[in-house]
Amino acid sequence: MTGYILKRLLSAIPVLIGISVIVFLIMAMIPGDPATAILGSYATPENVAALNEDLGLDKPLVQRYFIWLGNMLQGDFGRSFALNRPVLDEVMERFNATLVLAGTAFVLCSVFGIAAGVISAANQYGLADKAITFVVLLGISIPSFFLGMMMILTFAVNLRWFPVSGMWPIFGDRTIWVLIDHLAMPATALAVVATGVVARLSRSAMLEVLRQDFIRTARAKGVHERRVIWGHALRAAMVSIIPVLGIQAGFVLSGAVYIEIVFQWPGVGRMLVDAILRRDILLVQGGVVFVAACYVMFNIIVDVAQSLLDPRIKT
Amino acid sequence: MKLLSLTRRSLLAATAATALALGGFTAADAQTPPGVLVVGQIAEPQALDPHAVTAVNDFRILMNVYDGLVRYASGTLEVEPALATSWEISDDGTVYTFTLREGVSFHDGSPFNAEAVVFNFERMLNDDHPYHDTGPFPLSFFFSSVQSVEALDEMTVQFTLDAPYAPFLSNLAYPTGLIVSPAAVMEHGADFGRNPSGTGPFVFGEWRSNEAVVVTANADYWDGAPALEAVVFRPITDANTRTAEMLAGGIDVMVEVPPVALSEFQGDGFTVHEQAGPHVWFLILNALEGPFADVRVRQAANYAINKEAIVNDVLEGTADVAAGPTPPAFAWAYNDELEPYPYDPDRARALLAEAGVENPEITFYVTEGGSGMLDPVAMGTAIQADLEAVGFDVTIETYEWNTFLGQVNPGLEGKADMAEMAWMTNDPDTLPYLALRTAAWPQEGGFNSGYYSNPEVDALLEEARTATDQDRRAELYRQMQVIVQEDAPWVFVANWVQNAVTNDRVENFQLEPSFFLLLDEVVKN
Repeated sequence: MTGYILKRLLSAIPVLIGISVIVFLIMAMIPGDPATAILGSYATPENVAALNEDLGLDKPLVQRYFIWLGNMLQGDFGRSFALNRPVLDEVMERFNATLVLAGTAFVLCSVFGIAAGVISAANQYGLADKAITFVVLLGISIPSFFLGMMMILTFAVNLRWFPVSGMWPIFGDRTIWVLIDHLAMPATALAVVATGVVARLSRSAMLEVLRQDFIRTARAKGVHERRVIWGHALRAAMVSIIPVLGIQAGFVLSGAVYIEIVFQWPGVGRMLVDAILRRDILLVQGGVVFVAACYVMFNIIVDVAQSLLDPRIKT
Repeated sequence: MKLLSLTRRSLLAATAATALALGGFTAADAQTPPGVLVVGQIAEPQALDPHAVTAVNDFRILMNVYDGLVRYASGTLEVEPALATSWEISDDGTVYTFTLREGVSFHDGSPFNAEAVVFNFERMLNDDHPYHDTGPFPLSFFFSSVQSVEALDEMTVQFTLDAPYAPFLSNLAYPTGLIVSPAAVMEHGADFGRNPSGTGPFVFGEWRSNEAVVVTANADYWDGAPALEAVVFRPITDANTRTAEMLAGGIDVMVEVPPVALSEFQGDGFTVHEQAGPHVWFLILNALEGPFADVRVRQAANYAINKEAIVNDVLEGTADVAAGPTPPAFAWAYNDELEPYPYDPDRARALLAEAGVENPEITFYVTEGGSGMLDPVAMGTAIQADLEAVGFDVTIETYEWNTFLGQVNPGLEGKADMAEMAWMTNDPDTLPYLALRTAAWPQEGGFNSGYYSNPEVDALLEEARTATDQDRRAELYRQMQVIVQEDAPWVFVANWVQNAVTNDRVENFQLEPSFFLLLDEVVKN
């Protein structure tokens, strides 16, 4: 097991280096530069050149890449031009917020998605299956940012059940309850599409398992139907559901960008969008590498979990 | 079947539990406390160091935390004393001597004096200053004419300019001229922007990244303590979400209300404030080459575009039709006799025929959005339709703002015939001097991206910049406006009327023509 984990960790290194090269090149090649973004209408070629020199952007591309990479390996992600603070401070702070949002959405989509898929499969072509399929397809088809705006209009502006936006209230204590209050709408909006996908794929995974011999044996032995479905069948189906969850984790992480903008969630997605618009090169680069590293780590965890469930996979 | 019924029951239970939980949360109302004003801002500030930032969004906070030597008198763009109580200008217009206000302290307790003023300008302008590396200071060229700053005594400071420069006082009233605490800069270095200290009516409290900047009342403010206890600036970048927060009561003041959302605030409970400011939205025409090299074609474009329809229908009345290059907000320098080009398609066609180009092909640069650009895509499309109606063949190319600036600022030569642009300035000198003179062509480092050139205008602008008598300056600017309107280097489209909405708990709120947000008089019940 240790060898397998070590192997997976080592294989992550070239992936991360590749990502760092790509994000660096993209930021270097897109038109517009931080000096133009900072100076706005006052960006004369002369002012831009002077400011770029102040920002250290006048050095050759290759040299800049290696300076950045070298600093990053020592834990120094540089300073954000636009926010005037260390990139790592900003990224960590924002990543926590995203983790809360995406993590909740991930739990929601896993629990409800798998439950819906199992119920559908257990009642194939029955009323529950049809109802769930209808709701699931509806959920998959609604763009999350639109759903988010409609939720704000209905539940925050008209009914006033939830706050419109933000992660914490401006006034008052920061308790878990007010966090849940702020989290309810964005996490739901973010989870809807992923829940649908998980439900669809759980359903087919379960259907496949339910046709297998060991299920028939279990039923013949007189095992309670509830245990057959939720115990025997689901455990076997998890082997194919878990990779789907891994992919959905990436999906909620990237989908968080829209949701964070609509709900003004102070997360890393919104940070990256702002940073790109401001051409805040180091913040974009540092943020992307950090998020990518987390995603790679998550995938390794998923693979390890899968191999624990089904030892045949560890090859 | 058994399984289903069980699940149904548990589902019901789950729903009931959720509903109960929701009931528990509704107690948390969006109501904000009295005495605390919550302002919905359009973005997170970059820094609270007035010398390091360029965005109006940041200025809205800074103007409440810092003071300058001078400031704009309420409701005008004319300069009055602030941290300086009086000043003298030498006859040749190159030496300014300020007498400073006694007994003023920075929020960190350090005293405000001549040495502090010297520190501020040295930090910005002198590369060898020990704290110059706390920059960069992108707008320091506002003071590039300053040759030296000296403390003559404890409370007297003298600026020597390398040449007479009439906008100097006005630039001192701009946020780039605000005075920061030297002690705080020394203490925090590059992090000063997150630990600001000034002399203004509000003291910096805390900055919660992407949530809020909180400032509290300065009870010892030299101009009288503010009526509010505190102000909370909340960054809400999405305009729809900002509108929703205003409707739900999560914020008390909303700036830059999108035109389409204005109708939401017509009822009781809200007040919409409007104020024209020093802003002009125009189309740069490439006078160097192509169809717009002919003045008649440039005038034809001015006649062809229905500016009334743009400001009323596209912008929903959030702008006025512009007559010339200088916005009317500069009341003292504005030429009242100037009438906007009327909407006259027949006249436009006749001018095109006269110029011998019935169907000129033009490339039109449009941006997706940017500082002061209002609704550039919708406006660009309306303009395209108007121009095509009189015979132009218009191809639009759309760019994201930074890319757009990278295309337009180096000049339109060889690329495009027309480009959208907007400027907000603090002095009638700035825009024409940077964007209409022959010596401001892009290759000279200016913003005259359409290569307009008229020696008469050049001479008027040079003289207006060095004249120290304001009446004389006004006269020169008025002459310049007449000539520029006739030469039509731009299509003059709109002057933005800035708006804000307050709820009925807010009193004494007023927008300023400078586009700054001054909150020391505001009351919140």
